[in-house]
Amino acid sequence: MAAQAQKANAPSRELLEKLFRTAYKIRVFESEGIKLYRQGLIRGYFHPYLGQEGIATGVCAALQEGDFIASTHRGHGHCIAWGADVKRMVAELLQKETGYCRGYGGSMHIADIRAGNLGANGIVGAGTPLGVGAALANQIKGNDAVTVTFSTDGASNNGTFLESLNLAAIWNLSYVLVVENNQYAVSTRIEESTRDVDLYKRGLAIGVESHQVDGNDSLAVYHLMQDAVEKCRRGEGPILIEAKTYRHMGHHVNDPGKYMPADTLAYYKERDPVDRARNALVEIVGLDQAEIEAIENEIKQEFEDAVEFSKASREITLAEFNEFVEAY
Amino acid sequence: MAREIMYRDALREAIDEEMERDSTVFIIGEGIAERGGSYKVTEGLLSKYGPKRVRDTPIAEAGMIGVGVGAAIAGARPIVEILYIDFAMLGMDMIVNQAAKFRLMTGGDGRVPFVMRTQGGTGGGVAAQHSQSLEALFYHIPGLKVVMPSTPADAKGLLKYALRQSDPVMFLEHKHLYMTKGLVPDGEHVIEFGKGDIKRPGKDVTLIAWSNMIPRTLEAAEKLAAEGIDAEVIDPRTLVPLDKDMILGSVAKTNRAVIVQEAVRRGGVASDIASIIQEEAFYQLDAPIEIVAGLNIPIPFNLELEKASVPQVDDIVLAVRRTLHSKPLAQAAE
Repeated sequence: MAAQAQKANAPSRELLEKLFRTAYKIRVFESEGIKLYRQGLIRGYFHPYLGQEGIATGVCAALQEGDFIASTHRGHGHCIAWGADVKRMVAELLQKETGYCRGYGGSMHIADIRAGNLGANGIVGAGTPLGVGAALANQIKGNDAVTVTFSTDGASNNGTFLESLNLAAIWNLSYVLVVENNQYAVSTRIEESTRDVDLYKRGLAIGVESHQVDGNDSLAVYHLMQDAVEKCRRGEGPILIEAKTYRHMGHHVNDPGKYMPADTLAYYKERDPVDRARNALVEIVGLDQAEIEAIENEIKQEFEDAVEFSKASREITLAEFNEFVEAY
Repeated sequence: MAREIMYRDALREAIDEEMERDSTVFIIGEGIAERGGSYKVTEGLLSKYGPKRVRDTPIAEAGMIGVGVGAAIAGARPIVEILYIDFAMLGMDMIVNQAAKFRLMTGGDGRVPFVMRTQGGTGGGVAAQHSQSLEALFYHIPGLKVVMPSTPADAKGLLKYALRQSDPVMFLEHKHLYMTKGLVPDGEHVIEFGKGDIKRPGKDVTLIAWSNMIPRTLEAAEKLAAEGIDAEVIDPRTLVPLDKDMILGSVAKTNRAVIVQEAVRRGGVASDIASIIQEEAFYQLDAPIEIVAGLNIPIPFNLELEKASVPQVDDIVLAVRRTLHSKPLAQAAE
């Protein structure tokens, strides 16, 4: 009986494969993207999501069409998990006309409003009020959409964090605030930013159901998120989820992250979210090495195709730019 | 036909009619629901539209402005009422870095039909943090529309238009104007942005003013009329977009311009309008452009000092006399 019950509750191959595919796709995007950056093909800023893939992967797997997300400056992973077209993402980073923002936005501003992605944001903390606003719009329109803001430990000390979550609370909005606690605000350790490093307690303090989860475990994130989404759709939002994680490198591509202690980094790398998603697929579903490689090759190929597509794309013209000069 | 109503009633009519017309229009602010707002603009809206679309907020300007911007991005039409323009400073990130830039940053896909209603200006002893005229801050930021109605009819027509277009609007009312009366046309009354209004036609000098400086400038024009000076008073109504054609057309006729603003002189909109006139109508000017503006100073509490800090009727009259006593440039060169 016990064994049967366990089997019935075991995650499906479909779910585990989806989680691994998403996490791996983010990993490939970021590590290959850094190479393009080093080659000078990507300019400006690039904040890799390496090491944090489990959070976006688990969160977005629990969402559906019609829902909304708001992201951060470290937003590539959220976009990919949300289902963005890698071609149009790479094209945006290469400032091409085929990019999500036609080359006007870049890494920190990729958005896809039509698909409910309110966008990455160059201002730390800004996604919180924007996400709550989308949740308010959906409540006024009377639909059952859930809005998620991916926020950060760095943003949690910004005033709008409290202001927005409090508005979501008093208005019972269908809103999930996911606090990615990677333990650094740029280069400042969380212990230096706050007395209590358990950020989920911030939600509890204002009457918001709040949870903490291992952000490197995409399956655990997914289960918690699924529950949160169901509650929101029943009108029991908002909910705060703090997902603990750690970056694999510094704040952005040009920050070697020397301030990150080697032993802590090693600890989190042993608990790498992509490895764990892969292992789950091997251990729970029984996929063999060849099957895993087939998935990985398919994803790598998708990225290579995206680079070719982007290189072949043109940039916006000055004549087209005039449309904005006129509008503004 | 038209009715004589107060500025605050005209604003309420605009909100009411647009809420009736479009179910995505909603309003949030401090004390705007049951209380009806500090200036009674939203009185009665709660009972008509219910608590879903008329909501009080905590005192959290950054949050409420940000939430309004987010709701606009997601396809609703929020009006966020900020009690004093001074308090809007708490939400500047959301206005400047988010709302104003979203359209361009998204390559044109994202639009932000967000309306922030607030009020500014001196109001009789409300001191430095409740008296500012801050339109220049918003005027400076590409992507924001800046609206400053001076009459009930303009207030209604412009607010209705604000709620039908798709860019972030800084709708700046004036605390002294809420109880002023004026004729408002019956039926649909919508005023497009970028269309100024000649508040008083004249031929001798062009006076450009907005918001509460309009009644003051009109008073000055009447005084000047008694001296035989026929002043034309132009109200651009929206500073962004600005009706340059109307201003330049008037200057071409009068050859003299005086710009009146309540805001401090330094870095103000008046200076920018003066620069536009000298760039585009320099050879039509018979006298230097005069600017009558607030002192470069925070507004003091003391009423006499407050008065001394912003343009009064006589300041405008004097400036006009100066421009008229200037010799035409050609003559001066002789």
